[in-house]
Amino acid sequence: MPLTGRGRIVGYILLGLAVLCVVGPFLWILVNSLKHQIDIFTGAWRFTPTLANYSEVLFSRRSDFAGNVLNSAIVATASTALVLVVGTLAAYSLYRFEWARWISGAFLGWTLVFHMIPVLTLVGPWYIAFRQLGWYDTLGGLVLAHVTMNLPMTVWLMMAFFREIPPELDEAALIDGCRPLQVFRLIALPLAAPGLIAAGILAFIFSWNDFAIALNLTTRDTATVPVAIARFAQQYEVLHSQMAAAAVISTLPALLLMAFGQRFIIQGLTLGSVK
Amino acid sequence: MRQSIVVALNRTFKHWSLLPAVVLFVALTIFPIANLVRMSVSTIEFAEGQARWTFTPAHNFSLLLADTVLWPAAVNTLVFVVVAVAVEMALGLGLALLVARLGRGKGLARTIMVLPILVPAVAIGSMWKLMYNYDFGVFNQALTALGMAPVNWLGSTSVALASVILVDIWHWVPFVFLVLFAAVEGVPNDVIEAARIDGATDAQIVRRIMIPLLKPALAIALIFRSILAFKTFDEVFLLTSGGPGTSTELVSVHLYKVFFEENQLGYGALLSLALIAAIVAFLAVSRGALAAGRSA
Repeated sequence: MPLTGRGRIVGYILLGLAVLCVVGPFLWILVNSLKHQIDIFTGAWRFTPTLANYSEVLFSRRSDFAGNVLNSAIVATASTALVLVVGTLAAYSLYRFEWARWISGAFLGWTLVFHMIPVLTLVGPWYIAFRQLGWYDTLGGLVLAHVTMNLPMTVWLMMAFFREIPPELDEAALIDGCRPLQVFRLIALPLAAPGLIAAGILAFIFSWNDFAIALNLTTRDTATVPVAIARFAQQYEVLHSQMAAAAVISTLPALLLMAFGQRFIIQGLTLGSVK
Repeated sequence: MRQSIVVALNRTFKHWSLLPAVVLFVALTIFPIANLVRMSVSTIEFAEGQARWTFTPAHNFSLLLADTVLWPAAVNTLVFVVVAVAVEMALGLGLALLVARLGRGKGLARTIMVLPILVPAVAIGSMWKLMYNYDFGVFNQALTALGMAPVNWLGSTSVALASVILVDIWHWVPFVFLVLFAAVEGVPNDVIEAARIDGATDAQIVRRIMIPLLKPALAIALIFRSILAFKTFDEVFLLTSGGPGTSTELVSVHLYKVFFEENQLGYGALLSLALIAAIVAFLAVSRGALAAGRSA
């Protein structure tokens, strides 16, 4: 029941405050990224906006950031594509076929446990194994780690979307002479397309955002965007203006995906909590 | 030839479709955890890019007993999780109940609230590092404008943990809001209408109807947030790296330092196993509590 009268005004004021609290820090860093370092230091409120920080971060020869952006884009794209294939197949298999209870139970239970344990506990063994296999400090190694990290989320989301498909459709197709692979490709997959979009967007964002894994499995040439930003922040003399510009750039994929796929993102983030 | 491959793919579809995921899990999660057990009783050194293992079971346990940072880190983590999650649950629930009762602005509220969840935690750390800056951050500018003394938000042992908790609250209230808002929207309207006609006040409706109906969503938000808060690493690493002293040292940050700054791979493995055991125990207990809550 909607609020009325004074309650409504107070309600909108509270909502406005909440929105301001969320947006404020974003605006603060955006404004700072447009300042020269000197204007940041003096805390000036009136200043001439400049794009110098962005061009310094992206195009200066002293900065690797453009390479970091490329690394992040490659790793996020490749790991998203892979996790969608692996996760969707696994979800379909568990949803469609009669697996022994202990197998499906062990698999899904393990995805839950793995999702909950701090990824840093596994980065140590990954570091040792990857060094021995020659995967340490390669984009391929990082892609594999990110696929693993995003697999539980992908499997759950896709299973939830497959469950929405009426089983009669599958059965009718089988009776009409479709082979199992055709049923999967021609019926289940198109009907679960919203799930693929939701899982794909989230997997891309989580891979793009990952810091703990990339920090420890990459070095200078393979570093991703978050690792680079942390390096700006951790130098002996913090490069505030460049850190701000790099941080703003790092939020762009999320903003873009949010603009085009908001419905899928919210569905993906809240699924499972409602059902 | 091609035909027979297709037939074979179809016949074995059930099995090969699950196989890649199982292989990935075994190779990159189960095997590493088994490896942690081996690491936890060893000392590992790198010489010319090759790992050299020596079997030293007692050594890592003696490191555990001698670790003076672990206890403060555990206490900080506990404070961090309890305070941050409690505030997030309260604010998130309040906001969800409020927005559900506003006629307009729901879509906008949801759009804005998703943003902190989606941007890199490192970017969030950068934002707050700028805002907390002693010399030119927005908080100290406001304090000086009001004629008060500036605060060393990240550099003083008494304030740093609270500052870091505030960032986590800012980051995750929106998540609790999203989960609970979806659940609030799912509560049938006629239940609330009926209560209102029977003369229930707003407070009664929230306490006697909404909260009981929202229990499953509340439980899931609580468990999810507790575990995610327990895993927090990125922002804290960026903001304070655990300092000053040990005042914001969380278990995750400590683990990182043991593994990758002190290169104590064996002792790090021992700590990791302890952490995993703690999480599994928490999951088992909370699952039991959830099941009990559902049947009650």
